Parts: sequence; C-alpha cells; structure tokens
Amino acid sequence: MTEEIIYELPGLYRDALRVRGFSFGQGKKACCIVGAMRGNEVQQLYVASQLVKRLAEEESEGRLLSGKILVIPAVNPYSLNISKRFWPTDNTDINRMYPGYDLGETTQRIAAGVFKQIEDYPFGVQLASFYMPGTYVPHTRVMDAGYPVNLEYAKQFGMPYVVLRNTRPYDTTTLNYNWQIWGCHAVSLYTTTTTTIDKDSAQQAVRAIVRFLSAQGILTYHGHGGYVSRVINDRDMIQIRPKCAGFFDSHVRVGFEVKKGKNLGRIIDPLTGEIIEKLTSPVDGIVFFQHSNPLTYADTAVFKLIPLED
Amino acid sequence: MIQTVTSVQLPVDETLSIKRNRLLPEGVREGDAQSTGIPRISIVTGIHGDELEGQYVCYELQRRIKENQKCLTGIVDIYPAMNPLGIDSITRGIPDFDLDLNRLFPGSGDGDMTDVLAAGIIEAVEGSDLVFDIHASNIYLTEIPQIRINEKTRDALVPIAMHCNVDFLWVHSASTVLESTFAWALNSRGTKTLVVEMGVGMRITKSIGNQLVDGIFCAMKEMGAWSGDVITPKTPILSEDPNEVVFLNASTGGIFIRDKKAGDPVRKGDVVGRLVDPLSGTLLENVTSPVDGLLFTIREYPVVSQGSLMGRILKRGGEKK
Repeated sequence: MTEEIIYELPGLYRDALRVRGFSFGQGKKACCIVGAMRGNEVQQLYVASQLVKRLAEEESEGRLLSGKILVIPAVNPYSLNISKRFWPTDNTDINRMYPGYDLGETTQRIAAGVFKQIEDYPFGVQLASFYMPGTYVPHTRVMDAGYPVNLEYAKQFGMPYVVLRNTRPYDTTTLNYNWQIWGCHAVSLYTTTTTTIDKDSAQQAVRAIVRFLSAQGILTYHGHGGYVSRVINDRDMIQIRPKCAGFFDSHVRVGFEVKKGKNLGRIIDPLTGEIIEKLTSPVDGIVFFQHSNPLTYADTAVFKLIPLED
Repeated sequence: MIQTVTSVQLPVDETLSIKRNRLLPEGVREGDAQSTGIPRISIVTGIHGDELEGQYVCYELQRRIKENQKCLTGIVDIYPAMNPLGIDSITRGIPDFDLDLNRLFPGSGDGDMTDVLAAGIIEAVEGSDLVFDIHASNIYLTEIPQIRINEKTRDALVPIAMHCNVDFLWVHSASTVLESTFAWALNSRGTKTLVVEMGVGMRITKSIGNQLVDGIFCAMKEMGAWSGDVITPKTPILSEDPNEVVFLNASTGGIFIRDKKAGDPVRKGDVVGRLVDPLSGTLLENVTSPVDGLLFTIREYPVVSQGSLMGRILKRGGEKK
C-alpha cells in the first residue's frame, strides 16, 4: 500500500485540507474508487476505509495480479469534520463541480485537483449517496450520458440491481458523468445508508468491489459470486408520492416484495393524529427506496418500487 | 512567535489547533518572558465565528508594533481565532456541537472536546495583566465601539477602560452576568478582561478597528508595555445606571429600512428606521426614539420578527458621570 496526498488546500485557521489516496498493486492504472465527497457521507467513508483495509490484506497476501488500484476515502474532510453536507463556507457541492477548474472557486479547484489524478483510470467507482433522506436496496448505477454504456461491467459487482440512470442537466457536473466523457467506465455504488453506518451493507459493498476487481483480472477472489443483477431503467420505477404532508408511517421495508393493492404505509396528521392518507402499491413489485424521515412533504416520493418482471 | 496553546484531533485527517502569536520586547527570550515581571497583554477574538471586526485589529496592531519594535516593552499575545472551525465555516458557535463557545468557560480538562478547548484557552490567557476580548455584535446589530463591564468588576476595570479610546463604557448590572463567558471566567480569577463590542458581524469596519488599535496602544502605554507615541484617547461616555439605556423592540414583523446609523444623536420622536411590507407596499411601523439620547445600537439585518431588537439608546445625561 502506498499513501499519497492527491490534493492539498492550505487553511487559514484550520489544518490543511488533505485529500489522501491509498494505492495498491503495480503497473497501469486499473481502477479508482472514490468515497465521501460530502460531509454527511459517513457510510461511504466507512465503506472506503473497509476497502482500504481489505485491499491491504489482499496485497500483503499476494492476491493482487496486475494494475494499480487507487482508493480515495474522503474528498472533503473539512465538511465531514463539522458534519456539514456541503463546503463549509459557500455551501457548494464538490460533486457538482467536475471536471473542476484549477483557477476557479475553492470547490472547483478541489474537483480539478482530484480529477486530474483520477481522470484516466479505465474503471471508476463512486460510493454514492442520494440527495433525499432514505434507505435503498443496495445497487450499482450507471449513467446514460450519451456515450457507449456497457452494463456488463456494472453487473460484475454482483449487486441485486443495476439501475440505468437517464441524465438530467445537473448530472453533467458530477464525477461519474465526467469520468465517462474521459472514457472511463464509471459506476456508482449505493449501499443502504448515508449518515449512519450499516456494517452489513458496507461489507456487501466491499465484497462487490473485490468481486468486480477479480472479474477484471486485477486480483484473485474466490468468494461468493454475488447476485445475477437485474437491470432496471430508472424511468420504469414506480414512485409513490403522497398527496398529503405529515407523519410518514411505513408498513414495509426496502427489499420487501409487495402485491398490487398492498397497504404500504400511511400519512398521519401531525397535530390530530388522524390518518389522512393510505398509501397502496399500484403494482406487484419490490420496495427499492423508502423515505427515512418521520415527516414528509406532499408530492414527494416516499417509496420507489421496481415492478416485478412479467 | 506562533505557538499552539491547545489542540484536539478531529475524526478525519485534521487537527484543530488554537494558536497565538507572542510578540516580545527586544532582548527578552520566550523562556524568561513571563518571569521577567514585564506586563502581558492578550488580544483575544474569534470566540464567535461570525464576528470578524477583531481580525483587522489583530493584524493592524501587529503591523504597527513591528514598525516600532523597539517601543515594545511588554508581552503582547495575539489570539485571532478562538473558534477556528466557526470562523472557517461562517458559524457563530462551534460547528456540529452547535454550542456557543462563550457559554462554556471555564471549561474542564477532563470534559468533552469543547470543554477541553475552553479550559486550554483559559489556561493560556490567565495571568495576563490585561485582556481585550473583542466581539463584533452579531449579524443583526451594529454597535458603536464600546466596552461592557459587569458592575461586580467595575472598580477593577473602569479605570483602565477609560484609556481605551472607545466611545462608550456600559457598566451592566450583576443580574445579567453570564458566568460561563470567557470574560467572567478570567475576571473572577483576577485576570482583568475587557469585553469590547463594536461594528457588526461578518464584516470588517476599518475605521473602528483603527480606533480600537489606537486605544490598545494607549492602554499598553498606561501599563508600561509600550514606550512609543500614542494618541490622547477620547473620554468615553460612562453609563452605570440601567435606567439610562432604552431598548427599542419591533412591535410587528417586517423588513427594516434603516434611517439612522449607530452613533447618531436622536431626539424624542425621531424615526430611527421603518418597518415595511414589500408585498403590499405599505409602511407597517415607524421605529421612533422615545427619548433624547445616543443611538449606540442599531438593527442591521433587515428581516425582523415581532419583538426583534431594533436599537438601544442611551438617554442624554448618561455621560454626566
């Protein structure tokens, strides 16, 4: 294992911001894994730290075959250390700044400094979080950025689902979009949580990455082969949006298989305690995402369902 | 010489350090400094991360000392950032903990991280012959340069505060004492600490910064820490009677349009500013002065709720003492 400073930004009254990288193996750049870019991505930081530990063991036991693996656990220690989601001063999101600009604003410079070191990896994995509070069925996600997308790579992680995401305008400044422009096969890996640690889900993610690296001939791994991933287009997901705001009381959990007409949960008036809306499943499907805050707005997705295949 | 007075490890690859710069007279070595008996003055600011007026004071004071280093006859300790994480993230309190550092003193060496920092700060500053604890109000209010003194420490502090070139000395009643403040913790241990309030949060006002720097040199000269030339400090208005200070509070919410500025004299009935409703285009309230006096505090932040402090006026005659 080799440790290096990928990017450093001097601080005025704080310690310098250091983006540290840990590399494993020899030879050509093979795969880069990026962990927490936001200050609330504690699970993503944890997964990355477990991956560093795992790869160090793999390397010391001689199971790395060819190619260099780089892991960057934390792009944004400043925000992690004060539990603030975005950049401490201007509240910008580093993952909306790629490919970055080395003469630009602070987070543009951080993005540029990091991206310069990782743009030419053939494979890129981002340990991603979702913008809404909620839990997911673990999955990999590939952005359809208008470039050739090979979903077979995403399937090699052996996660239950591969989601094909249709790009939206803001996606063009994300790490994954820009990785793809540079010809990198970029995959986002979602575990169940963001602000809290789910160890089981984290270990599943670490195994998935090791499995992928094995499929690419970067290391040898003889563990569990993983799932035969089902590919789903995010357009085909069914979103359940309550008409009423209030307490959100769920009767199911992510991963549950539900029948059409099944009672998924309810919205409760936060002042009177009356049930003001019942949420039912319009299809036979799998609960893929569930809102995790006790309160919800109206017209906001509290569940996303994957319809069962015919 | 820049020294770290206390530090703690943060979770992800970062050390939080509280630093000071110690300026010494020529020929005095750091190891001997505190045993020589020469006076020690500490300039402290940045306890609240959104109060930045003291940043200029720290810089300008040092710039002038370095220009006439031979005139320095005491120790000057500069602490520009007692709450580094707050300053660096535009946060008044300590980020994450969401705690007001100025309610945690004297702290404790075996408490939480925030207690440990507070205790380290006190340990470093205690024993100074004079401490300036420089605040800049908050983002809501602008203050004329003033020193606030608790009546329990009046006799110890008013004589030296008279030399500090501020506009106003406000001696508070003891009932409002906050025992968890930095200044109270030090004053109660016998370390004279002056609380300076001036300007407004999130901004630097060079003119009042220069005024206070002049005042700090005057205080240093008075204490034998500076042999160079100083100005003749202005004689501040001294107020010791709580009935002399009138508080203006908003009787309705609205957007505040300021018509007077801090330091303006006002007559009874003068409009200090207006509360308006931009949606309907109506005037909601004229904020008027109920007395003749000196407007020493004025609302700066325009969004106002019912009850918000709009200003403070010192009744004329308050300066007679």
